Amino acid sequence: MIQDSLTNKNGMTFAFNSFTQFENVGHSMCAPSYRLQPKCAEEIYEVFRLAKKNGLTVTARGAGRSYNDAALNGGGILLDMSAMNRILEWDRSTGLVKAEPGVTLEKLWQRVEPDGWWPPVVSGTMRTTLGGCLAANIHGKNNFRMGPIGEHVVEFTAMLPSGAEVTCSPKLNADLFYSMISGLGMLGIFTSITMQMKKIESGLLEVHAWPVHDLREHLSFIQEKAPDFDYTVGWMDTMAGGKGLGRGQIHAANYLHGNEDPNGRETMKLENQVLPSRIFGVFPKSILYIFMKPFANNLGWWGVSTAKYVASLWQHTFRQSHAAFHFLLDYVPNWDLSYGRGGLIQHQSFLPKETAEAAWREMLSLSLKRGLPSYLGVTKRHRPDHFLLTHALDGFSLALDFKVTDHNRKSLSQMLKEFDNIVIEAGGRFYFAKNSETSREHTRAFLGDETLTKFKKLKKRCDPDNLLESDLYRRVFE
Amino acid sequence: MPDSSQAHEQTANRPAPATPLHPRRRGVIIGASEGLGAALARRLAREGFSLALLARRKDKLEALCNELNSSTSGVCAFPYVHDVTQYEEIPSLLRKVVADLGGLDLVIFCAGINRPPGGIDRYDFENDRQMIETNLIGAMAWLTPIAEMFHSARTGQIVGIGSVAGDRGRVGNPGYNTSKAGLATYLEALRNRLTRDGVHVLTVKPGFIQTNMLKAAQGGTPFVIPPEQAAEDIWKAIRKRKQQIYTPGRWRWIMLAIQYTPSFIFRKLSL
Repeated sequence: MIQDSLTNKNGMTFAFNSFTQFENVGHSMCAPSYRLQPKCAEEIYEVFRLAKKNGLTVTARGAGRSYNDAALNGGGILLDMSAMNRILEWDRSTGLVKAEPGVTLEKLWQRVEPDGWWPPVVSGTMRTTLGGCLAANIHGKNNFRMGPIGEHVVEFTAMLPSGAEVTCSPKLNADLFYSMISGLGMLGIFTSITMQMKKIESGLLEVHAWPVHDLREHLSFIQEKAPDFDYTVGWMDTMAGGKGLGRGQIHAANYLHGNEDPNGRETMKLENQVLPSRIFGVFPKSILYIFMKPFANNLGWWGVSTAKYVASLWQHTFRQSHAAFHFLLDYVPNWDLSYGRGGLIQHQSFLPKETAEAAWREMLSLSLKRGLPSYLGVTKRHRPDHFLLTHALDGFSLALDFKVTDHNRKSLSQMLKEFDNIVIEAGGRFYFAKNSETSREHTRAFLGDETLTKFKKLKKRCDPDNLLESDLYRRVFE
Repeated sequence: MPDSSQAHEQTANRPAPATPLHPRRRGVIIGASEGLGAALARRLAREGFSLALLARRKDKLEALCNELNSSTSGVCAFPYVHDVTQYEEIPSLLRKVVADLGGLDLVIFCAGINRPPGGIDRYDFENDRQMIETNLIGAMAWLTPIAEMFHSARTGQIVGIGSVAGDRGRVGNPGYNTSKAGLATYLEALRNRLTRDGVHVLTVKPGFIQTNMLKAAQGGTPFVIPPEQAAEDIWKAIRKRKQQIYTPGRWRWIMLAIQYTPSFIFRKLSL
């Protein structure tokens, strides 16, 4: 029982032995919280009651794969949702799945794929949970076509701190539907999620790879190619300046239909979807990150990036399993550890297609000039959606990973502030699962007062005692 | 269960949120209003700590917080009025402090009183009891839940302020000697329990420090140092994760000699 994990028998003292140190995915932030693991909606409500009684705040945590403080609540209660991880219903004829919020994308795709279905929107890692995906309203490499994950949710139930368990769909409680998805877990906690899967006829994708030689070509290529493909994503060589600024490689992929994959039934089987655990059949990938460490500096990474760019000049087409194409972040296990003690942070900006090139040219030049280059740049194409705290717009996104060290904190902080100014100036937006330094002023600037007022009003209605608070919430909304 | 729903009204009382590029360590100093506690608060504020400062005297505590908050960039120190002998309020106060700070990295137990009986022919149980209740049981009441938290989180630093007076039972102030000896043993036991879980426990044994407590000292007071110097020594020891220090350092050799003085001689001395 949750009660026992919060109080001892005589109900006098708090159970301090549930205190646990939690991190973000990049190991660059940590905060300790009282960890509680509810198994059902009633236990979530129990936690709300105890939190209120003890003057504590509550944050739900799925897999903790956010790059920032979205799933951290220093000094408060962290609801570890991993015990609510059952797939409740799966209908292989309609593709409707009903699951608890702690179900990971890994568990989901492994259940539905052998039956010829695939989650319509997935993140770059399969470790994320459905609850976390909805709270951040994640997008995939097909955002321009399929929208965020929220558009494929048929219905969900959620426990509100006020004690009500609500059912929401685009028709029923629509205001809550469009605000709790993207609502960062600050309005209520999902208790079940019903989603529509996408029908597939093969376990493989046909992937095309092209080199792009500068930023303009990079963006126009994505924009032109996107309509012809189901998925599009770009890698940017962020170490290259001058004429080569923004150069990189575009990957675009299509589902295979009908006879394109004569062995469709076969390739959809799980054994044909596993990520190889060894490179060249011999080298175990689980220790690869140790060998990446010596390269995680400006010179080493310049070498790696340049080599990768040269290799990408070879334009080619190949077939790849869904798992291998989508879950690139799982391809090198523990890659996040290669960034060393200070960890990593990500700055992702979403810019309208008209202003993106100029703004990113300025940002990338700035990072090279300051000697603070990003080690990984990823570009995607997006379209707007109707969710309240949306990050998407008709344009592109650029995600930049930065290594944090004791020496670069001050200069990196200054540069990211300038980045945020550039993004706001260019009419851009930010994504709450990513940026860890974005201020509340910049947040207000991109969301707008109207949206913020609406969000606060909903928060007051669902959570009158302000029980749901994360470190992210306190950073950007308070 | 004590109701502390007023904690929610205090959310404005929280330090600025930490981010990867603006990390903030979080510290609690129990017994912070003056003397060594106040000097430690100033030292840690300079290092960028967010601090919860606890003491009995509200006016002194608030004055110190105001001083710290006006001298550093951004508000960093928050006052909590508390008497360490109010044992039953400690768990809920600790929970509140940790929630307000957004976590906890360092705890310094600095609360202490010195009430000598006033002569080697005088005995005063009431004074002795008060010293044990503050210096030893107060420390145990605080450090028990803190040790439990740090043990479970597998991180954290605990600092206890003992005294050279705890190294030997002496004629002048048996109660004080006992409280500090007990504290040193308690801290040693915590260290032995917690080191394996990544928790650091530091025992500080100051000699004479230029504070109000010095007035209570019996006999001569050699090598008096200002509290700032002791705070500097303690900060160094925290950074280097030392197990035990004397401040100033020369007391280590003096106390070594005193500790090994045979009883048949020690009994005859008026130390």
